[in-house]
Amino acid sequence: MIESLCFYLFAAITVLSGFMVIASRNPVHSVLFLILAFFNSAGLFVLLGAEFLAMILVIVYVGAVAVLFLFVVMMLDIDFVELRQGFLQYLPMGALIGLILVVELMMVFGGWVLAPEMTAVVASATPDIAETENTRALGQLIYTDYVFLFQCAGMVLLTAMIGAIVLTHRQRPGVKRQNISKQVRRRRDEAYELVDIKPGQGV
Amino acid sequence: MVDLFTGLVVALSTWLFGVEPSAWLAHLIGIIVAILVVTLPLLIAVAMSVYADRKIWAAMQMRRGPNVVGPFGLLQSFADGLKLFLKETIVPAGANKGIFLLAPMITFTLALIGWAVIPWDENMAIANINVGVLYLFAISSLGVYGIIMSGWASNSRYAFLGALRSSAQMVSYEVSIGFIIVTVLLCVGSLNLTDIVNKQKELLELGVPFGFVFTPLFPMFVVFFISALAETNRPPFDLPEAEAELVAGYQVEYSSMAFALFFLGEYANILLMCAMTSLLFFGGWLPPIDWAPLYWIPGPLWLILKICFFFFVFAWVKAAVPRYRYDQLMRLGWKVFLPLSLAWVFLTAGTLVLFDWLPA
Repeated sequence: MIESLCFYLFAAITVLSGFMVIASRNPVHSVLFLILAFFNSAGLFVLLGAEFLAMILVIVYVGAVAVLFLFVVMMLDIDFVELRQGFLQYLPMGALIGLILVVELMMVFGGWVLAPEMTAVVASATPDIAETENTRALGQLIYTDYVFLFQCAGMVLLTAMIGAIVLTHRQRPGVKRQNISKQVRRRRDEAYELVDIKPGQGV
Repeated sequence: MVDLFTGLVVALSTWLFGVEPSAWLAHLIGIIVAILVVTLPLLIAVAMSVYADRKIWAAMQMRRGPNVVGPFGLLQSFADGLKLFLKETIVPAGANKGIFLLAPMITFTLALIGWAVIPWDENMAIANINVGVLYLFAISSLGVYGIIMSGWASNSRYAFLGALRSSAQMVSYEVSIGFIIVTVLLCVGSLNLTDIVNKQKELLELGVPFGFVFTPLFPMFVVFFISALAETNRPPFDLPEAEAELVAGYQVEYSSMAFALFFLGEYANILLMCAMTSLLFFGGWLPPIDWAPLYWIPGPLWLILKICFFFFVFAWVKAAVPRYRYDQLMRLGWKVFLPLSLAWVFLTAGTLVLFDWLPA
């Protein structure tokens, strides 16, 4: 009973905060509601018994990605009136994308009901939940069974990262930078020299 | 721990009222009692650690420190708390009121809920969950929200700059903390904190004192401790509240209880980080060496002693080391700690696979 109560609580807050992400006027509030939605989804994962996914969701999305979102949104100077103007114009396109997503989701979940033999094929790689804890099961799947695909995904991300760095990196001349190894390598005799000044003569 | 208190509740209820309570009620009361048993001493410990911090700091600067309220000034923190409690909470005119008031609550709550998974002894954690380390890591990475929200909601330049500094700093150092946790996990083969400590018991039996700290993981301990300093915004990494340039950073607009919550949350976080260091590298509730009489001292006491030791080192660092410059802080995090801890992950994994030492 408590499980279903928790489920409805988490699910209701997730949906509500998901709605508030697009409904709230202040973009910072939107990001904060997004974080609340993430957090409650993590709660839903815990209810499913997928504690590893829940923790990873909190660490990666709430702890890192959303912080960067918040960072950017707080730094931006956003004109709310201008932001609202295009709303009606983009509405049909948004509705279309939403519709496609809903249909796809229905196809995926419908597949479970309509073609149960297909899910049996997919599930064959998954170890039994009762025997292995899900951290171990996920590790087995990602790092042993599908390690090649995992490495490929890593490569794609690395390429994207290098691309972003190459595109935005620029060498600015005339900027003073600290060169720590140069500072450490500095010796006494190159740092200063003794000048013997005779009285009344100056340097 | 919860089972223990549930049993106690059932026994007490049958003895006092002659009725055995229903299972879920006893369980609920057991959970609440377990939480109180951890949280109340923790809050007192937080208050006393503020006092200890000031005393240690004063001693290192040859001052007396707080010595007026109570014997040796022991009640100083409680007097400060009372004073803050009685003051007025001032909300700045341009502040985003809801978020402004929410931020200190988030900081304080997050600092407390991390303690739910700390094992005080074998089978003595409020929640002995499979992913205990990840939970602690997640909670400590959430701590940035209290700061960034307070900085933004205060509608003040100083607070905002402090919050920006803090979030960049915490996100940077989290990365290396994550890798250090991975190295430890590779050696243990489990994410459960109790399992991690039990693995170190095997080390004790081999004659290695404390635990992972005196193994080839030693550099990781050093990096973890320094990252913990950065993660809790302690000196030498207290740039978010650098008083010389930002007045008090993100907490500059806060007064009375809101400020007190930030302050208490900060110290509870420091204690949590000390506990994490003890559990990951110093064998948690285990005695330093495998010698029978040392096992007579109860496990929680060992853990508390270790936490106190690390708290002393935190205070020591605060008194001894000058503040980092911000670019140096970023350099240390990204160019020194990250490659080092990443290399150590590779090295550990390689060694474990090469000699077939991987835990089952």
